[in-house]
Amino acid sequence: MKNTIRQIFHSSKFVAGFVIFVAILLFILLYPLFQPGNPLEMIGVGTFAEPGTYVSLYDSVTAPSETLNLPDAASNRLASVLKEEDRAKMAEYLVAVGVPSEEIDVADTEALLALWEKHYDETARPAGMTKATRNYYKRLNQSLNSMGSGSELSVVEQGEGGEASTIATIGSSDYVNVRKVPNRKTLLLGTDNFGRDVLKELASAAGTSVVIGLIAGTVATLIGLLLGLLSGYLGGFVDDIIMFFTNIFTVIPSFVLLILISYSIGQDQRGAGVVALVIGLTSWTWTTRSVRSQVISLRNRDHVNLSRLSGHGLFRILMTDILPYIASYVVMAFILQVSSGILAEAQLSLLGLGPKTTEVPTLGLMMNWAMLYSAHLNGSWWAYFPVILMITLISFSLNLMNTGLDQVFNPTLRD
Amino acid sequence: MKMDNAKDQNTVTLDRRRDISQNPLCLSGKGVTRVFGTGRRQMTAVDHVDFEFRKGELVSIVGESGSGKTTLSRMLLGLLSTSDGEIWFEGKPRDISTRAKKRQYWKNIQAIFQDPFSSFNVFHKIDDVLLDCIRMTGGRDLPKEKKTELMTQACSFVNLKFEELTNKYPFELSGGQMQRLMIARIFLLKPRILLADEPTSMIDACSRATILDMLLNLRDEIGMTVIFITHDIGLAYYISDTVYIMEHGKFVEHGSADEVILSPKAPYTKRLISDVPKIHEAWDLSTVEG
Repeated sequence: MKNTIRQIFHSSKFVAGFVIFVAILLFILLYPLFQPGNPLEMIGVGTFAEPGTYVSLYDSVTAPSETLNLPDAASNRLASVLKEEDRAKMAEYLVAVGVPSEEIDVADTEALLALWEKHYDETARPAGMTKATRNYYKRLNQSLNSMGSGSELSVVEQGEGGEASTIATIGSSDYVNVRKVPNRKTLLLGTDNFGRDVLKELASAAGTSVVIGLIAGTVATLIGLLLGLLSGYLGGFVDDIIMFFTNIFTVIPSFVLLILISYSIGQDQRGAGVVALVIGLTSWTWTTRSVRSQVISLRNRDHVNLSRLSGHGLFRILMTDILPYIASYVVMAFILQVSSGILAEAQLSLLGLGPKTTEVPTLGLMMNWAMLYSAHLNGSWWAYFPVILMITLISFSLNLMNTGLDQVFNPTLRD
Repeated sequence: MKMDNAKDQNTVTLDRRRDISQNPLCLSGKGVTRVFGTGRRQMTAVDHVDFEFRKGELVSIVGESGSGKTTLSRMLLGLLSTSDGEIWFEGKPRDISTRAKKRQYWKNIQAIFQDPFSSFNVFHKIDDVLLDCIRMTGGRDLPKEKKTELMTQACSFVNLKFEELTNKYPFELSGGQMQRLMIARIFLLKPRILLADEPTSMIDACSRATILDMLLNLRDEIGMTVIFITHDIGLAYYISDTVYIMEHGKFVEHGSADEVILSPKAPYTKRLISDVPKIHEAWDLSTVEG
């Protein structure tokens, strides 16, 4: 046993898969300790806030400020406000008034603004330009002038009687130390469509999905093992009956069955546990078939005959003379069942047939929400890409572990 | 027909043969048949064989691979059901319809298998194998010292040292040692019939004589019937009282060892005998079919 475990941990594939899986487990277990609270709490009101650090605007107005005269502050400010299409339009105008296009660099805000100031003339009428376009340039010029002016902003508080009183005046060179702002929030993966912290949700969802995979894998492996052992060892009529049902379940695609059962259970009854059970109950067939064939090859071995001659009963022979010989195989089958259970939950949830949405997040549900609110169309990659990555990593690590085990236990596969 | 080679290879003498024709019947069968598969894939492994094994007799069943020897042995052991025919055990029809009756039957008949390397459960220690035998013969509640004494006795009968074997696994032994451990197991169980299915074919020639010697000693010691299954007609001649020749699931010839081998009647027996390689002659391959 000790030797076997040592051998397993000599397999680089198994170790790689094991390390990834343990890292994911640590993330699932440890992240909620550092960020406690309900993972489904809606902290944001809008949808899909971008990843990043958020500081309270309200607090920063009243926080003590320092004046810093930084030379590129104005152009940075302009650069962050000036949109891509405005820059392109400016370049278009400059070309129209005769500036050579190779002199224009839309990425260099300062140079672009210098050219603009030099060449823009409100009264000029470049050939082929409509009045509407000229008006657009007029507006653009005005807003550029006002942004560059560095005028002060007044913050006004509205009193009870409706009278306004100025509480702060903010100059363009006023700075606040981030640490002096009491309310900050770093959202590494932003928020999702309901304004929930995606990272916190992801830790919780991955945990639920792994549990679903484990329940489904255990159920499938236990049923498959029991039927496979009985069918293979007893043979004859029992074998025929068990294989009849196994073949029926094999012929009907289990995913169709899964969809039908999930649908008929109804949204209210469908907790994560029920979904896991349904997945387990529809995916035992191939474990049965492969365990059966392994048992058939063992059934007539001399050590089994000797055990029978020693008067041992069916249960004891199955448990001590057959099961230990196929244990490595069963462990590998279990790992694959866990992996396919996680994938099956994701597929079901993507179709909206997964666990009900109000209690716990799962990886499949997160994908479902991201899809329903078109995260993939509006560029909110943080709502679905980490989820896909998580599913891929879990299933990759499990399959890698399985391949590693396979190479240890089937020496013919070793390279 | 020269059988010198059998004598050359083994130093055990031939005068073990005794007259057993007056002993009571131990195991007998009439029309025993086993058919595998159905329809077009139907195959008759054992085809209506009759036999009578007497108490204390050493019977050899000889035949080439695939002749149905092992299937017959499994039926005799009760590990495989018969398709047709009846088997009598000590004068009464054998009844192994329930588990309790099977257990009772297996107290009387035990086996040694061909491949010592696959005969033991690799997850069980040697002690477990021997303790199992003590338990089976009703020694479950014996004190620990008594059990150890029994196991030591059994091991020393086959020239093994129990102190060296205890807490070891079977796969740590050599093939010859494992097969001797099998005999120690039989020594503890003391069955009335021992079915030895090619017990020496996977063992080198030196250990072979030792194993055979131990088997024969054991037979003399507890007076059991030995059914020896082999493909080696020379070996069969040298140890058996009676020889059954099996071809394609049928017994083509049987009788005392001298009768069958010194004056064979069936062509198959003649062929088997001529196929035995002889040390001082060129090997005659002319009888090989195809």
